[in-house]
Amino acid sequence: MEMLRTEQLKSYYVLEIFGRKRIIKAVDDVNLSVGENQIYGIAGESGCGKSTLLKAIFAAIEPPQKIFGGRLYYFVDGQAVDVYSLSEEERRKLRWRFISYVPQGSMSVLNPVVKIKETFKDFIESHVKGKTKDEAYEMAKVHIRELGLPVTLLDAYPHQLSGGMRQRVTIALATVLSPKVIMADEPTTALDVVTQRGVIQLLRDIQKANRNTLILVTHDMGVHANISDRIAIMYAGKIIEEGPTEAIFNNPTHPYTRYLIRSLPKFGDRMRRESVPGSPPSLEKLPSGCAFHPRCPHVFDRCTEETPALIECEKDHMAACWLVQEGKR
Amino acid sequence: MRVLKDLLRDGRFAFGFSVLLVLVFLSVLSFFSPYGPYERNPLMRDLPPKWPHILGTNSLGQDIFWQLTFAVRNSLVMALIAALISRVIAIIIGVIAGYKGGLVDRILTFLCDTFLVVPLFIIIVLVATITKGRMSLPMLGLLLGVFGWAWDARVIRSQVLSLRERDFTYTAVLSGLKAFSVVSKEYLPFLVPLIFATLIGNMSWAIGMEVTLAFLGVSNLMLPTLGTMLQWAINYQALLLGYWWWVLTPVVTSVFLFIALYLISISISAYLDPRMRIQRIGQA
Amino acid sequence: MSLLQVKRLTKVFTIGSIFSRLKILAVDNVTFEINEAEIFTLAGESGCGKTTTARIILGFEEPTSGEIHYKGKRIDNLKTEERRRLLKEIQAVFQNPFSTFNPLRKVESYFYDTLFNLGVAQEREEARRIIEEKLEAVGIAFEEFCEKYPSEFSGGQLQRISIARALLTNPKLLVADEPVSMVDASLRMSIVNLFKDLRDKYGLSVLYITHDLATAYYVSDRMAIMFRGEIVELGPAEKVLQEPKHPYTRLLRESVPEPDPSRRWTTKVVLADQEHEEYLRTGCKFAGRCPNAMEICKKESPPYFEVNGVQVKCFLYR
Repeated sequence: MEMLRTEQLKSYYVLEIFGRKRIIKAVDDVNLSVGENQIYGIAGESGCGKSTLLKAIFAAIEPPQKIFGGRLYYFVDGQAVDVYSLSEEERRKLRWRFISYVPQGSMSVLNPVVKIKETFKDFIESHVKGKTKDEAYEMAKVHIRELGLPVTLLDAYPHQLSGGMRQRVTIALATVLSPKVIMADEPTTALDVVTQRGVIQLLRDIQKANRNTLILVTHDMGVHANISDRIAIMYAGKIIEEGPTEAIFNNPTHPYTRYLIRSLPKFGDRMRRESVPGSPPSLEKLPSGCAFHPRCPHVFDRCTEETPALIECEKDHMAACWLVQEGKR
Repeated sequence: MRVLKDLLRDGRFAFGFSVLLVLVFLSVLSFFSPYGPYERNPLMRDLPPKWPHILGTNSLGQDIFWQLTFAVRNSLVMALIAALISRVIAIIIGVIAGYKGGLVDRILTFLCDTFLVVPLFIIIVLVATITKGRMSLPMLGLLLGVFGWAWDARVIRSQVLSLRERDFTYTAVLSGLKAFSVVSKEYLPFLVPLIFATLIGNMSWAIGMEVTLAFLGVSNLMLPTLGTMLQWAINYQALLLGYWWWVLTPVVTSVFLFIALYLISISISAYLDPRMRIQRIGQA
Repeated sequence: MSLLQVKRLTKVFTIGSIFSRLKILAVDNVTFEINEAEIFTLAGESGCGKTTTARIILGFEEPTSGEIHYKGKRIDNLKTEERRRLLKEIQAVFQNPFSTFNPLRKVESYFYDTLFNLGVAQEREEARRIIEEKLEAVGIAFEEFCEKYPSEFSGGQLQRISIARALLTNPKLLVADEPVSMVDASLRMSIVNLFKDLRDKYGLSVLYITHDLATAYYVSDRMAIMFRGEIVELGPAEKVLQEPKHPYTRLLRESVPEPDPSRRWTTKVVLADQEHEEYLRTGCKFAGRCPNAMEICKKESPPYFEVNGVQVKCFLYR
């Protein structure tokens, strides 16, 4: 069953600096469909638009970010809801109860001058009516214990906790109201390897226990390999490959994905590996046709003229590449 | 001058700059004044504004308009002297304290705090009273300069402290730069907006102090400045006697000057803010 | 041939106010050697002391005790002028390429500064030639580089430029502090391959500091694992990572997410609640989390045992 869908979603940033207008096409014509009880991974380099996509899906957009087209649907209790046609008040009701968001660097979302339990209480009170202070504290305590975290942290201040613990507290905060969809933006980037593992485990446990949906955005393919069920690869604002995790790793189709997978160092193999050549394009001045063509070793004429759409290359596995169309893969 | 064009786009700067230009023009006019600044009674007294005396005359028989030109010139010059002197002191102390750290920093900060806490106003008034009548314009500038640096030294020091921990300080050291070069090449671009904003602020403060000192009667009342003009007017009961042109002239001019300096200061600060400058890179 | 020797290096930080001072042993009796034309990795999680060690080597921090020898001479107690001369031999690159350079200065100004200040070039023409040569070595075109500010480059490009700057004086040792952690995973290989090529072509040694074991495995010759200020395992990279001996090394190794969906984690990890507790522990600092902890581990700090060419600081190998 579907939980969330985007159709040709376009979200750009419009900047005006000293009289010059710049349009940054961070999310360009994105079609996404996320089911229930699944961990959906979105991968890509920094600057490819993944964070913008999450913000657009969370529907908490602020200028200079704007929606330029397309639709976004949440499936609340089986019913499709066109999110951008709702009023702000209605959207607010859905936030944190249907869908929650753990932004990048979210450890700083914790108020440094109050104890953790206060932050929880404020959060719960502002989204659930009719809870007394003690009931809110109790809700937080139960939730923390369920996640296997020490209850003592509720009485601590954020600076007394380690970075990894703060990140897990933020995740606990985002899930205390049991949302159906959780979106996490680079939840492990600033963390150490062992702490990262703890955070990833926590996310996986939450998903298993509640059978909800987790949308995980990270550029770390190792993390995707470990917990994502499906992966969408983003490049220059578009999704260029999408499919189940095994398919992406065992049979990467788009040239960019192939470079990406092959460049990852693996233990036990010290053979020379190569990075993707060149640099990612600026989202302001995208190349014509396929945005990857300046860096692609298999480029031919059509690539510079037309932008490829996602085409099925094998069952349940799509790639946006003219080579697939021409049957060369 | 692309910089000027960019700045003029900001309405605040445009207004402040034009007012300042007018005032500078007035100052320049003072060199063409038909009357000397110290002359008394060359004209009929207490004449209301009418051509050729477009701002009228005062009870000392002086043309107010031409007096104003001298007043504006003197006030601006004095304020500039005060601001420059205090800038230099503030930079030296702030940079050394921030960069060296340790004992040197503690001593300098203590010095700074002393100047901040001690009631400067009273000291300045005292000094002015003692040297009353013999205080020339540059002297007044020097006096105000020597007392006006403490706040800015603190600000500069904190900026230097934070810059010192940035990676590029280490890159500069690895590139073989010595301490002085690190400060002048790496930090100065960040310090310039601070220095400039506080420079203008300091000018405003100096002018304000001057007006206050004159008002209290402790400055050299022979020198025509905005403050002394006001003092003479009050002394001669100008308001009571209905010679509004004599009182209003220095007051309105001062107000415009303050507003102009303020607007210029904030708009230039915004323009020079490193974050904005970074955004402008690559636009040429 | 030994290039750099770090002997019993210790750095103590005291934090707190007059009323409650806390001594943190950020670097505790660290000893290791780097040879010529070798890539040596100091690996560990944040707070293990690797960056502090690097800063002491570069002269940005003073050690509390211990010695550092470069080409046989002591360098931890040099005066400023002698330190500057050492810059010709030892250079560094940092983690964040965007904060490595002043955003308000053109990047090339650092290059000319390095060449003129350290006496490598006397005239502009000569300097230009050297800059072009080094940029080519890192794969950046000279025309793309001139007159530009840091914000006009991408992260990967800027990091390579940072390496080029460090190579201007033809140093023998490059200290690289987390050089790829802020670069996208897809571009890391190009930078890490660069280190390998420089080692092979010019005999450059690299002190590679990282928490990313995957790239450490790929690029290092020898490596040391640090935990809370101490080296717990030291040896050839292949052995340390493929046959980890110290329980902490094993934990680290297992926790690296492998880019292979058929090899997912099957066990769970327990995280330390309060990090600074571990610094103050008597006995082995890892004893609180170690699955193999014995009584002696909590009382005494283990010495180093040599096992199969690898040094391990663990009582399991008595």
